[in-house]
Amino acid sequence: MAEFFQQLVNGITWGSVYALIALGYTMVYGILKLINFAHGDVYMLGAFFAYYSARWLGVAEHPTPLHALGVLLLAMAGCAVVGIVIERAAYKPVRRSSRLAALITAIGVSLLLENAGILIFGPDPKFFPQIIPSTNIALGGGVTISNQQVIILVVSVVLMIGLRFIVLKTRVGKAMQAVSHNHTAAALMGISVDRIITFTFMIGSMLAAAAGVLVALQNPKIEPLMGIMPGLKAFVAAVLGGIGNIPGAVIGGLIMGIAEVMVVGYLSPTYRDAIAFVLLIVILLVRPAGILGRNVAEKV
Amino acid sequence: MTSRIRLRPALGGVLAITLLALGCGGSTQDELVIGEYGSLSGNDATFGQSTKNGVELALDELKAAKDGKIGGLRVRIVVEDDQGRPEEAATAVQKLINQDRVCAVLGEVASSRSLAAAPISQAAGVPMISPSSTNPRVTQVGDYIFRMCFIDPFQGTVMAKFAAQNLGLKRVAILKDVRNDYSVGLAQFYADAFVKLGGQIVGEQAYSAGDQDFRAQLTNVKGKNPQAIFVPGYYTEVGLIARQARELGITVPLLGGDGWESDQLLEIGGPALNGCYYSNHFSVDNPDPRLQSFLKAYRAKYGADPDAIGGLAYDAANVLFLSMDKLATENAETFKGLGSAAAGSDARRAATTRLREIIASTRDYPGVTGTITLDANRNARKPAVVIEIKDGKKVYNTTINP
Amino acid sequence: MKRAAWLFGTLAGLLLLDVLLPRLLNPYLRQVAVLCGINVILAVSLNLINGFTGQFSIGHAGFMAIGAYGSAMFSLHVGERWVSALAGLGIPAVIAAGFALFVALLLGGVLAAIAGYLVGLPSLRLRGDYLAIVTLGFGEIIRVLITNIDAVGASRGLPGIPPWANFFWVGLGVAAAIVLSVHLARSTHGRALFAIRDDEVAAEALGVDTTSYKVLAFVIGAFFAGIAGGLFAHYLSYLNPNSFTFIKSIEVIAMVVLGGMGSITGSVIAAILLTILPEVLRPVKDLRMIIYSLMLVILMITRPQGLLGDRELNLRRLWRRAAPGTP
Repeated sequence: MAEFFQQLVNGITWGSVYALIALGYTMVYGILKLINFAHGDVYMLGAFFAYYSARWLGVAEHPTPLHALGVLLLAMAGCAVVGIVIERAAYKPVRRSSRLAALITAIGVSLLLENAGILIFGPDPKFFPQIIPSTNIALGGGVTISNQQVIILVVSVVLMIGLRFIVLKTRVGKAMQAVSHNHTAAALMGISVDRIITFTFMIGSMLAAAAGVLVALQNPKIEPLMGIMPGLKAFVAAVLGGIGNIPGAVIGGLIMGIAEVMVVGYLSPTYRDAIAFVLLIVILLVRPAGILGRNVAEKV
Repeated sequence: MTSRIRLRPALGGVLAITLLALGCGGSTQDELVIGEYGSLSGNDATFGQSTKNGVELALDELKAAKDGKIGGLRVRIVVEDDQGRPEEAATAVQKLINQDRVCAVLGEVASSRSLAAAPISQAAGVPMISPSSTNPRVTQVGDYIFRMCFIDPFQGTVMAKFAAQNLGLKRVAILKDVRNDYSVGLAQFYADAFVKLGGQIVGEQAYSAGDQDFRAQLTNVKGKNPQAIFVPGYYTEVGLIARQARELGITVPLLGGDGWESDQLLEIGGPALNGCYYSNHFSVDNPDPRLQSFLKAYRAKYGADPDAIGGLAYDAANVLFLSMDKLATENAETFKGLGSAAAGSDARRAATTRLREIIASTRDYPGVTGTITLDANRNARKPAVVIEIKDGKKVYNTTINP
Repeated sequence: MKRAAWLFGTLAGLLLLDVLLPRLLNPYLRQVAVLCGINVILAVSLNLINGFTGQFSIGHAGFMAIGAYGSAMFSLHVGERWVSALAGLGIPAVIAAGFALFVALLLGGVLAAIAGYLVGLPSLRLRGDYLAIVTLGFGEIIRVLITNIDAVGASRGLPGIPPWANFFWVGLGVAAAIVLSVHLARSTHGRALFAIRDDEVAAEALGVDTTSYKVLAFVIGAFFAGIAGGLFAHYLSYLNPNSFTFIKSIEVIAMVVLGGMGSITGSVIAAILLTILPEVLRPVKDLRMIIYSLMLVILMITRPQGLLGDRELNLRRLWRRAAPGTP
């Protein structure tokens, strides 16, 4: 039984990382109907920005929680800029074109970030400095959780609550909701649609950056292609929860994380990815619009 | 209409570049062109770069020692990227042989890419030396294909012997990388050898290259109570695996192969790797002057210790240079066939045939990755060293002969 | 009569090319030409699903993998025996190998088509991005399965596949895929597919059996992807699951979108362009993939409807425009 709870703890931590990345996918999708393929690479950039700022601040030698927070904020700020640049330079010009043209643009941006990463950062994996030393906390019954796992959980939850607050309570959040319903109507109401879209990219990229830093903190190995698989899985998680739906992305991420860990632990590690996708297909066949997504009848 | 007009110069430009690129094939000056292909981009980019570094270093030394010339011909190395994809490797080697008219090919790290490219080299009669493809099938493609590393069965046996006899272990679990032919092959041969020596494989778990989280597999392995875990992967994952294993309270040693050798292994794994063992081609604390000068030159140029792949690539390039040099002294007339001017002629064919024989006759070559002797199957036979990680340092433990 | 003339014309032309090409191009350029052909088949077949029918499939590499491994296993275990048996009867090796390859390709195509049918079924319920995810998942499942099946070499790959495919066979595959697409586009069935793409609800209201047409598009598209996979296997004579990652699927989608959704000639041109581009960029070394991805983005920004939009490149019309006055 201890083994099961240990797997559950690991699954929830890993799932909350998926959830953070999935939030960015789902927000952009809700507003633009665009699968932002480059999102996983922004997650990678987040980890690298943190790597360089930690070295710049000298955090690796004298780790303090305050410094760690500074590194996190710097990485989020860096990725916010990247998100804005990507949106303005690549996605805005194709916004009026077909969705597939936008998708190919996103794929192009993703390839560009990966290959530029290999060129600039080098292809070999880098060691992410231990900005918070690891300790294990016993939960009783042989189950342990590391302080880093706790940090991942806490920061994820704080960020998710923050996001929910922004979307539901602030003016800009309400404007985001309006834009996601109808661009034209929102523009007629005096909302600057362009600015809201840019803002959405900014928030999404910041969440991805946070996920990148949190993962690097726990698994201190970063490399330019580290975003591909988590990005893909997080996207699947977003669809699983019902794409465009913020609580759905969180639930989807958690399910994905727990399911993966359980499959490895109890079924077959070699078929992990396959079983994760089989699970996904089964869920989608039962609920074609995802777990929390509504199946909207098409108007004629 | 406007957009169509804009399109024309663009298409014209692409066409012009195509023609230019296809047009500029050969150069007028006679030189020795050697091809190298590897994964400079994609998932395995770090291994492709290491190979390139090793080859470059060998060429640098040739430049310093002999003005970059063998038998009076200047050596030029053309490097092509295969993005870590087998079909791209095949295309890259086709390009090297037919477009750049190379007289020999160096590459690849991964057996899958070597296997895709080897038939092309074999058919064209161009010798190919793989620095580090360990799958036995690679050199079985034909008599023009060689390798500088030991093959999976040998390395698997080495670690099995070491675990059973030197460490006296009985119960070992395996954690392998299923996406990696090297890892799967090594795990297989290790398990066979270990069981033959009276040991028991208590659990077999797997991951995929690029994974970040191994806790689920390790939690499962922990439940089996092994005395050691054999992790035949690359250092890119092993450091994290060690870290997570210690976090979950697994204290038994991890064992591995030459894929572990890298600076980053200790950097990422840190204290979690203390008490672990892996087999390798060389030990950095071996006082052999050749190895030490290689390590010094490598550090000076790239600012890091070489991984095993970089060392093997360095040896592969040097064995090739030496064989070419032997051909030049043995028969200057035949040697001329290797020059770029002779590409496509019967003289080239005669030269590469003789070059092949000379490479195949390599005996007791003092490489940095050990003393290399090529056997009848064109595989390198050399001893393996076992390295122990002690207090964050790699320490020589023992040598195991083939 | 006219059809027979076309058929013989194509066959003769391809045979002629097959004889002439080795004299004109070196093996490297021939290999690039063959890879262009295989990518053309992939792009044209995906165009049936994505371009004609408007279904969003990103699992084409999965169908290709099934065709590749299916036909390769057939050749290794049955085809080679057939060839030696036929050789014993005094039949020339070229014809015997051609016959065995033809059967292997068909088998690979049919296996992929069956998979296409199974994947097409969920498309009855799922739309847009949800369908995309299912196809993506399918492609990954196939790759993971192959990576774990020892009988097909798992991650070690499958070497020693008889290298029977050559320019002639690839050309034949290209011709078949294009001819079928053109005929389909002009037929009632093709009109039904276009109707589904443009407005599924309206199409259904007009009495189009949207369900079976969508599945049909998947089955035909997958069949040709399987053929392309078979040709790939018998040309390189080595297979590895790493050739069929979702990046391969994405490359094929890029070809279809770049050519213009629904345009057959567009798919052909874009497939050739995107196969040659990385080769042409080889001299720039480290910047190769960066320039490649930048060009993809710039092309999409300047030409979002694809190179040809949904039109077809018409040589006769181009000719007329270039030389006004001639009929």
